[in-house]
Amino acid sequence: MEIFVQQLINGLTLGSIYGLIAIGYTMVFGIIGMVNFAHGDVFMLSAFISLIFFLILTTWLGISSVVLALFFVLIIAMVLTSLWGWTVERIAYRPLRGSFRLAPLISAIGVSIFLSNFVQVAQGARNKPTPPMVGDVIVLFQGASGYNVALSYKQIIIMVVTAVLLTIFWYVVQKTSLGRAQRACEQDRKMAALLGINVDRTISLTFVIGAALASVAGTMYLLYYGVVSFSDGFVPGVKAFTAAVLGGIGSLPGAVLGGLIIGLIETFWSAYFSIEYKDVAAFSILAIVLIFMPSGILGRPEVEKV
Amino acid sequence: MNAPSITTTAQTNTVSRNFDLAAAFKDALKAALITLGLSIPILSYKTNQSGADLFLTSRWGLVAIVCAIVFGLRLVLHAFTASKAYAKATPSPRQATELVDAGPSAFQKASRFGVPFFLGVALTFPVLIYLIQGGLNESRYWVDLGILILTYVMLGWGLNIVVGLAGLLDLGYVAFYAVGAYSYALLSTTFGLSFWICLPLAGILAAFWGMILGFPVLRLRGDYLAIVTLAFGEIIRLVLINWVDLTNGGAGISSIPRATFFGIPFTAGEDGFAATFGLEFNGMHRMIFLYYLILALALLTNFVTMRLRKLPVGRAWEALREDEIACRSLGINTTNTKLTAFAIGAMFGGFAGSFFAVRQGFVSPESFNFLESAIILAIVVMGGMGSQIGVAIAAIVLVGGPEVLRNLTFLQSVFGTGFDPNEYRLLLFGAGMVAMMVWRPRGLISEREPSVILKERKAISGSLVKEGHG
Repeated sequence: MEIFVQQLINGLTLGSIYGLIAIGYTMVFGIIGMVNFAHGDVFMLSAFISLIFFLILTTWLGISSVVLALFFVLIIAMVLTSLWGWTVERIAYRPLRGSFRLAPLISAIGVSIFLSNFVQVAQGARNKPTPPMVGDVIVLFQGASGYNVALSYKQIIIMVVTAVLLTIFWYVVQKTSLGRAQRACEQDRKMAALLGINVDRTISLTFVIGAALASVAGTMYLLYYGVVSFSDGFVPGVKAFTAAVLGGIGSLPGAVLGGLIIGLIETFWSAYFSIEYKDVAAFSILAIVLIFMPSGILGRPEVEKV
Repeated sequence: MNAPSITTTAQTNTVSRNFDLAAAFKDALKAALITLGLSIPILSYKTNQSGADLFLTSRWGLVAIVCAIVFGLRLVLHAFTASKAYAKATPSPRQATELVDAGPSAFQKASRFGVPFFLGVALTFPVLIYLIQGGLNESRYWVDLGILILTYVMLGWGLNIVVGLAGLLDLGYVAFYAVGAYSYALLSTTFGLSFWICLPLAGILAAFWGMILGFPVLRLRGDYLAIVTLAFGEIIRLVLINWVDLTNGGAGISSIPRATFFGIPFTAGEDGFAATFGLEFNGMHRMIFLYYLILALALLTNFVTMRLRKLPVGRAWEALREDEIACRSLGINTTNTKLTAFAIGAMFGGFAGSFFAVRQGFVSPESFNFLESAIILAIVVMGGMGSQIGVAIAAIVLVGGPEVLRNLTFLQSVFGTGFDPNEYRLLLFGAGMVAMMVWRPRGLISEREPSVILKERKAISGSLVKEGHG
């Protein structure tokens, strides 16, 4: 029971990180129908940006409050990662509209390889540990066997930040004119253009929002694991894509739901079965869902037209 | 990315020779500023580790250089597009005739001599190197490089069947390479089977795995299929790492039996290759044998592919690549067609894998990660999907290029002594894949020889072939 509750907490924390990344996949897929393979590496890049700015703020500028530093880091990382997201779309994806169908995916794989190796060349291949940020825990209750069920402050921070940002994001998509334009482009890009929506700008903004949410996930990942390396984009990226597919690709609540489910499956699998095969479990879910339930939990079934 | 100067000229249709320098300058400045934004903080600060602590060192000089390069390139690009627009707006008197002129292009003329030339060089490569380097031991490095390149040529040709001909994007091709390598490693170490028995077995096993993995994914759309094959590739790698009883886990399988010359081992002993043929013993005999072995395997792959393209199944692959719905309407069994492409592609991957195992004498799961799949895919994409000679050229450039760069000592004097081009190899691969998709989505060699010919053989430009839904 104690282990169950503890794993539930861990799983939900991990799941919120996956959910944040998954939104980037699902939005881009919804609007231009491509798998943005480089999204995982944008996430990894943002973790590096956060790491460097955290070091600048704490050691050079001498901000002693970790929470204040994290707040600034989050904002800076969101801005700079958005710029990366925008640039990637502008250089690698926009010229390919109307090219053959697999071209954007191949281009995205190229961007993914480029980004991870760019970070490797620029920052070195070794794992980068962060200085300890938030170490305190709250002991929720103690089990009969003496096993403490703990909720750490960083888990609270991760869940609260995720919830707040998702609320803001939800408001943007549902209530603002940008969100309306985006949903219109998702339904019919040509018609949206005829009605005076700047489609290119809307797509760019989709990438910017996706990158910004990925950078939140990157900062939270750094906070949670305390270590990052240039190759850390691939596996979380694939897991977040699995989350997006599981929730129903194109559906925003689905992405968050899928992220939470994947996070829970991963932690429970590690706790009760074998930690070695946790990635196999995630990859298998991806294959099984795509083969047997391609429209996911909350997605619309896809109709192929000639 | 249109320059402001070009958008205005396209509207008015009067192109001036001197392009708008101020606008180009402004745009280049913008690009440089964006580069500056991107460089913060990834390029401008380097994290260094001392003990458990990280500290930062600034590199603003490097950022300035990168921004200046981007600025310069952007200006050149503007000048280039402007002059191109000018040439387009002022037609040459021959232009009208050129467009309808269906004579062989320069590439087609070159390819008539190019293919025999390449084949000749490949066949005589060890001899040429021997003559140039003046000795067997001196030519070891080059023969080794030749083997490496030919392995990738073969993998590229194998994947070309799946990606180039059938149009199924397979991101997990390395899984079949791994199946082939581990088949040979396990069969030879546990049952003591020789390479020549294991080679077909490895091919059959890989093809079998191709069918097992291919069967469930065939209903999927192109990019979903890509992601699922990626997942399968990773699953196989993770199983190889974690199933320690069978595969010895991450430590890999070592002391795999070496290749023999049809039963005669390459040893210094009495019954060794050198003694049998009355030669002086030299370790290079084995290398040269391996070189011709992989050359034969690669040529076999090419030959089989070329023959298959002329058979109904090969034509069905290409039809499938162009339009799946049309294929189904014409009564082509798409499931079988896709499965054969998967299985045959996988089989050649398996052959290459067992060659890899016999060459290295050691296999470990780390040789079969996603990056390897991506490199093979990059070779196929850059070679122009579907073009055999293009894939070979791309493999030579992508695998041999960095090795040649490493030997150019003047690069070290330009970039400083610690310069290793291999570090930048993957960086350039990634950028190259993007550039390829943006500028030449049909690859370096985009000419297509049609498989079915009515009366007269005509090559068509790849841009005329439009792909449908796959």
